[in-house]
Amino acid sequence: MASKFFLVAQREYLTRVRKKAFIVLTLAVPLLIAAFGFFMVKIVQSDDDNTDVVEVRDESGLGLAARLVSTPQLQFVPSNVPLAQGKKAFQKAEHAGLLYLPAGLNPDEPTGVQFFGKGNISLRKQVSVESALNKAFSELKMQKSGLTEEQLNRLKAKVDLQAVSLDETGKEEDSNALVTSGLSYGLALLIYLFIFIYGVQIMRGIGEEKSSRIMEVMLSSVKPFDLMMGKIIGIAAVGLTQFLLWGILSTGATSVISSLATDTNNPKTEMAATASRSTDAAEQNAGERFDKQIDKVGEQAPGGAISKAFASLGKLPIGIILFGFIVYFLGGYLLYGALFGAIGAAVDDQTDTQQFMFPVTAPLVLSYIVSITVILRNPDGPLAFWMSIIPFTSPIAMVVRLPFGVPLWQLGLSIALLIAGFIGTVWLAARIYRVGILMYGKKVTYREMSKWMFYKG
Amino acid sequence: MILEAIDVRKAYAAHVALDGVSLAIPEQSIFGLLGPNGAGKTSLIRIITQITGADSGEIRFRGQRLAPEHATEVGYLPEERGLYKKMKVGEQLIYLARLRGLSRADAMLRIKDWLERFDIKAWAEKNVEDLSKGMQQKVQFIATVLHEPKLIILDEPFSGFDPINANMLKDEILRLKQEGATIIFSTHRMESVEELCDHIALINRSRKVLDGPVKLIRNQFRSNTYELEGRSNNKFIVMHPDFEVLEHLELENGHFRDRIKLHDGVNSNDLLRYAIGQAEIHAFREVIPSINDIFIRRVRETMPESLLETANALL
Repeated sequence: MASKFFLVAQREYLTRVRKKAFIVLTLAVPLLIAAFGFFMVKIVQSDDDNTDVVEVRDESGLGLAARLVSTPQLQFVPSNVPLAQGKKAFQKAEHAGLLYLPAGLNPDEPTGVQFFGKGNISLRKQVSVESALNKAFSELKMQKSGLTEEQLNRLKAKVDLQAVSLDETGKEEDSNALVTSGLSYGLALLIYLFIFIYGVQIMRGIGEEKSSRIMEVMLSSVKPFDLMMGKIIGIAAVGLTQFLLWGILSTGATSVISSLATDTNNPKTEMAATASRSTDAAEQNAGERFDKQIDKVGEQAPGGAISKAFASLGKLPIGIILFGFIVYFLGGYLLYGALFGAIGAAVDDQTDTQQFMFPVTAPLVLSYIVSITVILRNPDGPLAFWMSIIPFTSPIAMVVRLPFGVPLWQLGLSIALLIAGFIGTVWLAARIYRVGILMYGKKVTYREMSKWMFYKG
Repeated sequence: MILEAIDVRKAYAAHVALDGVSLAIPEQSIFGLLGPNGAGKTSLIRIITQITGADSGEIRFRGQRLAPEHATEVGYLPEERGLYKKMKVGEQLIYLARLRGLSRADAMLRIKDWLERFDIKAWAEKNVEDLSKGMQQKVQFIATVLHEPKLIILDEPFSGFDPINANMLKDEILRLKQEGATIIFSTHRMESVEELCDHIALINRSRKVLDGPVKLIRNQFRSNTYELEGRSNNKFIVMHPDFEVLEHLELENGHFRDRIKLHDGVNSNDLLRYAIGQAEIHAFREVIPSINDIFIRRVRETMPESLLETANALL
């Protein structure tokens, strides 16, 4: 019997993997991701790598031009020509703008400072020029108040906020909230998409089998349970293959494309590439958000962001997260896959599936939405607790909570309930399946289905 | 006996499908399971093929209680034909054969053999959906017998076959019987299998109404009636106390056709001798009731009184 189950699973796997649609999709998605990554790199480059050169016409006589600090994104160069000429000159030189500091500028009440830019001046550009100016003015004023260069340097503080989370026992832990929530979000999305995409495939597959009228032939040599489980497991293997290939191929394609796109070994682009490399097909959204978050981190403390992100990743309970992810990934898929299978078996016409789909997909969609909104923000709240215990919502809710740390008793209870849950749905689905697959031309109702549970072998 | 059913009972929510059916199917025979649509034939077959179980009663396969390991000894061609549409013919046959316990290598050898026999070798690499209906039927038949089952169950086997393929199928069935297999035919078109069957069982309204060897049943239902065809210049009329004319047809040019029942103790030679003296005889044969006739008669006999009245009123 076990070998028959294996044969069924093998057929499901091979026929699906050999399909043109599978091959096309498997190749196309990594290319899309690579293209997306390329696009991201380009944006990051055009935004940050292209240094904006701003000419400074300083007529104030305060030596402000020398005090303006250039950054990799913003470079100040002194201009020696009068304003009228300079206005034309900076455009010819393809510089981003011209900063004009008029004569007789009062450091205590600086008015009349003008910034000329090409076309519309972005707020971002304006803010960075302003902050450079502010710094220059305050330095100037501090020096005027009699501070020496050394004192001035000592006054400058480079604040680098280190967030430390305290666990219940009062032990200190470094926490990087962005990395943690990014990971939570990514894992949840992965499970959600996997259950949805391949659960529906189970339903369709059984529906097709039913409408091809091959069931009676199959059932005369295979037990319905083996037939159903073979299908569910075979499709799971297809899904895992596809996700794995997507992961590998998009890593390859992205790194090739980003190495083509990057000429300078800029840490920023490197980071963008890393971020999009970790992006999976399914994770496009998550990845994008993740990128932005990392970018923000990067702005606050450029350079150190990556190593820090990795450091905080390393401090997460990786073992438990990985274990939990696998358990909830498989458990959730089995739990929902069996229910999708039952729908496919019960319904005659594919269009009738809608009414039965809703109660199955509702908890799935709900748990996803609640997880990425409420639970991500408050991973230890009562909603998070209950949703991560109930088997229908726990595959997503618990995985979201995992990176934030979950008490072991809760994890154990949740996994025990999940296992009980999928044994229950598989049992239920098998009862519906064995009657449903031989039932033709009947419009099925919930009442009808509940009767099937009690049919004898 | 290759298969015995003992007092098998099966009920669904709304109705009783089988009500205490017992059967015995001898080895190497062709057994006709006959009855109108909805009589319970398919329910019985599904129990024999272990797709469903009986509520009570027992099925024995060669004396043993029917168990999952017997599945490889049974080949089943259901009335609802179907194959995986997007699978290649060869692959599909290998798959189905392996599910019935054949090794891949064995399956491939036998498939080659069968495809040649049915002259569809060129189709092995085609998807099933690209085949004509008749071709699919052939493939399905091959799938049924590929694992050389001892018991082959064919539900309405000839539906969907054109006459040429139907004949081909009949020949194959006879050959399989010769090689030692037992075949169960299930059909509501009784005339289509009459000539093939050694044994039959008639099922009506979830009960067996009659079973036994075809010859015996027919003898049992013989009515000592003969059909006489010939020509006579004068009008031919049977007037004899030993014979009873059931039907007399006068055709052109003095041709006639009579159906005559012999009274007890009279044999066919007496009638022939009598007729030869009066007319030119062209044909003389016993009127043997068809299985269909027997079935109708039997159903009438076994019907409850009240139903019989309504049936008579309708007829």
